[in-house]
Amino acid sequence: MSTLAPAALPADGHDHGHDHAHGHSPFLAHHFENHEQQFDSGKLGMWLFLITEILFFSGLFTAYAVYRANHPEIFTYGHMFLNPTMGAINTVVLLFSSLTMAWAVRCAQLGQKQGLVILLAITWLCALTFLVVKYFEYSHKFHLGIYPAKYFVYGEDPHGELKATGNAAASHASDPHADPVDHAHADAKPAGDSHAKGEHAAGGHGDEGLPTRAELPKDIGIYFSIYYCLTGLHGIHIVGGMIAIGWIFWRSLRGDFGPEYFGPVDFVGLYWHLVDLIWIYLFPLLYLIH
Amino acid sequence: MATATITTESGSGGHSPGRNYLNESSGILSWVFTLDHKRIGLMYLVGVMSAFLLGGTFALALRTELLTPGPTTGMTHDMYNQMFTLHGAVMTFLFIIPGIPAALGNFVLPIMLGAKDVAFPRMNLMSFYLWMGGALFFVLTLFLGGLDTGWTFYTPYSIDTNTSVVSAVLGAFVLGFSSIFTGLNFIVTIHTLRPPGMTWFKMPLFLWSLYATAIIQILATPVLGITLLLLFAERTMGIGIFDPKLGGDPVLFQHFFWFYSHPAVYIMILPGMGIVSELISVFSRKAIFGYRFIAFSSLAIALLGFLVWGHHMFTSGESKMAAIVFSGITFSIAIPSAIKVFNWLATMYKGSISLATPMCFAQSFIVLFSIGGLTGLFLSTLSTDVHLHDTYFVVSHFHYVMVGSTLTAFLGGLFYWWPKITGKMYNDIQGQIAALIIFVGFNLAFFPQFIMGSRGMPRRYYNYLPEFQTYHQLSTYGSYVLGAGLFLALWVLVQSLLRGKPAPMNPWGGNSLEWHTSSPPPLANFEHTPEATDPYDYHANKYDPAVGGYVPIPKAQKTVDPYGGIE
Repeated sequence: MSTLAPAALPADGHDHGHDHAHGHSPFLAHHFENHEQQFDSGKLGMWLFLITEILFFSGLFTAYAVYRANHPEIFTYGHMFLNPTMGAINTVVLLFSSLTMAWAVRCAQLGQKQGLVILLAITWLCALTFLVVKYFEYSHKFHLGIYPAKYFVYGEDPHGELKATGNAAASHASDPHADPVDHAHADAKPAGDSHAKGEHAAGGHGDEGLPTRAELPKDIGIYFSIYYCLTGLHGIHIVGGMIAIGWIFWRSLRGDFGPEYFGPVDFVGLYWHLVDLIWIYLFPLLYLIH
Repeated sequence: MATATITTESGSGGHSPGRNYLNESSGILSWVFTLDHKRIGLMYLVGVMSAFLLGGTFALALRTELLTPGPTTGMTHDMYNQMFTLHGAVMTFLFIIPGIPAALGNFVLPIMLGAKDVAFPRMNLMSFYLWMGGALFFVLTLFLGGLDTGWTFYTPYSIDTNTSVVSAVLGAFVLGFSSIFTGLNFIVTIHTLRPPGMTWFKMPLFLWSLYATAIIQILATPVLGITLLLLFAERTMGIGIFDPKLGGDPVLFQHFFWFYSHPAVYIMILPGMGIVSELISVFSRKAIFGYRFIAFSSLAIALLGFLVWGHHMFTSGESKMAAIVFSGITFSIAIPSAIKVFNWLATMYKGSISLATPMCFAQSFIVLFSIGGLTGLFLSTLSTDVHLHDTYFVVSHFHYVMVGSTLTAFLGGLFYWWPKITGKMYNDIQGQIAALIIFVGFNLAFFPQFIMGSRGMPRRYYNYLPEFQTYHQLSTYGSYVLGAGLFLALWVLVQSLLRGKPAPMNPWGGNSLEWHTSSPPPLANFEHTPEATDPYDYHANKYDPAVGGYVPIPKAQKTVDPYGGIE
């Protein structure tokens, strides 16, 4: 990196076994010759870690592709339950946070402490915004009884083929239905109830314009399993990113970073861009394409 | 990053000859929080050997149960299922995969490279504790009602069974992270911490094999991670992706699983091949034949390993076309494997072979790996695989490759580097006897399994037809001999620790950099930054009876290398 200052290297930085930690910058580990070597190691390590992250998600993307090829109908119906407006808001939020993150790295390189602190704070708040929006999306789905496959109880038909699993699900799914809700008919009822109130269990009503249970393909729940796995894993990565950004935010307050040493900001930035990038794929795959 | 701890540990000067990484600091905390790759490697060594002991105990119990058809020892069907599952899972995830890279590799990789440490010492320590965490999850599984799915966790059975799949899956998941971090650390170390003069083609071949292994660890392990996470979600949240009752696809699990687990067998064998390359060359006192071919064949195995997972699924209803393609690519792995074997043989040709204990293990390796590799051809051939699938033939094949080969390479490496690690020599004659007993016991245990497998004895069965009893008995007695050999090897090492002679700097006459520093090495590996030389130049050192080891020949006295032209 051209921005690294070679002047920072102590002249006697090598050859002395292990008593060379004195006279070094406090952020240069003992086994590196200089800051440049340390930065290169960290950067390579981070890129390799990002490769493992992509492969980690690849299993889920493969599952998506396999089910899309074998059961296109569950995708045709599944995406109707997602809210593209909220997804779009989150996309914008994340793209903006990538900008502020990249800008923060630049500030760290230039030694502009105040800018670094502010930009990291904005990035962190964007991440929080993303999670809040996601919370509203998730809770709306739980409210409709949209759970992963086994517990999928949206517009449950007790006389239908999902009866067995629906009953099993009722106990698990009961919490979100404890509050009074506008769409009581979309509720899962315990097994005892379904006989008494069978007449409104035909799934004839959904959210505005949503398909009824009867219209949905049999394995629609798997769509939401894939949705929850992909977005949930991505959400966990957002949380991880918030912890990492919080860590370098704290260190930047302390004044650790400058032109000579800014590696951690750069590496967390790379991670954050990857998290954004994965969302850039998730948004169209789940929300937009039919 | 590592500064704080290292500074406190190294307060007194490392230049005095009596100081080394073992006595540089003392107390339990200096081990628990150590950032020194050598100590972490040692802790791994103790850990993986304990896991091996646990898995080996299961194995002996299983073999004893199979001594007669029907109940033999009072073990029930369920206990049998749980025991072979944990035998497989513990041996695979806790011993064979981390054994060579994480224990031996951690110790010698930076020294062979001429570096002071791995690139990320703290990540290295974390990787060890993740390994411990994974091991604890497996122990927890034992107490939570065991696991009876087989180490492969195949769906849909792993979704339906009442045993503790969740804790085992979490254990394997955590171990996956440990493996990824080790691999990542090695790649970065090799790329960025080579001292001046250490070019790629001056690296000892063990480092090439660890590099290739690390590529697999990084590219394959995350896929296992997500697969196990999906299985976890399947059990806890019923996502239905693998569960046929909910419209899911159980064969998808097999695809995911083998996309990791086939390359994972090369995580097990490649470092072993690297060790054998070192041993064959050093104990033949001859430069390794075809250095670049051996180096690149490691990479070729690593990359081809990703294209062959489908051969585990010939009988799972994959398309005929896919099966043929997977079969063809599987054969191609024989090419780089054979390159290595022929290069080892060519290295020994006209070499000055000494059958020290490590070399005995290396010879076992070549024989066992050849048998294991060649029987792989029967399994990669579609028609014969359909007959042999899930029989003892498969069991025997993968034990020859994973245990016979990897274990002997591990032991060979352990005996080779033991003087460097501990600073103590061992009784070579006893070591040779142990190597011989292990070789004989292993073949007695597993060769009969090829025969009974080809005659239709299915794997994983608690009971069997009386006609198979002779083979099972041979196999069981062989396993006892194998166990006795392993205990003898352990005894040799323990004796060495208790009353071994101090090891010289270079007991075997190797020329890679770990033999250029004291035994055991000082905290930062070298007193002075080493000069990288040809690791396979055996005319740089000569035996000095006064030292009991090899010492460098002063440059002026060097003679012309009579075999120099061969390589």
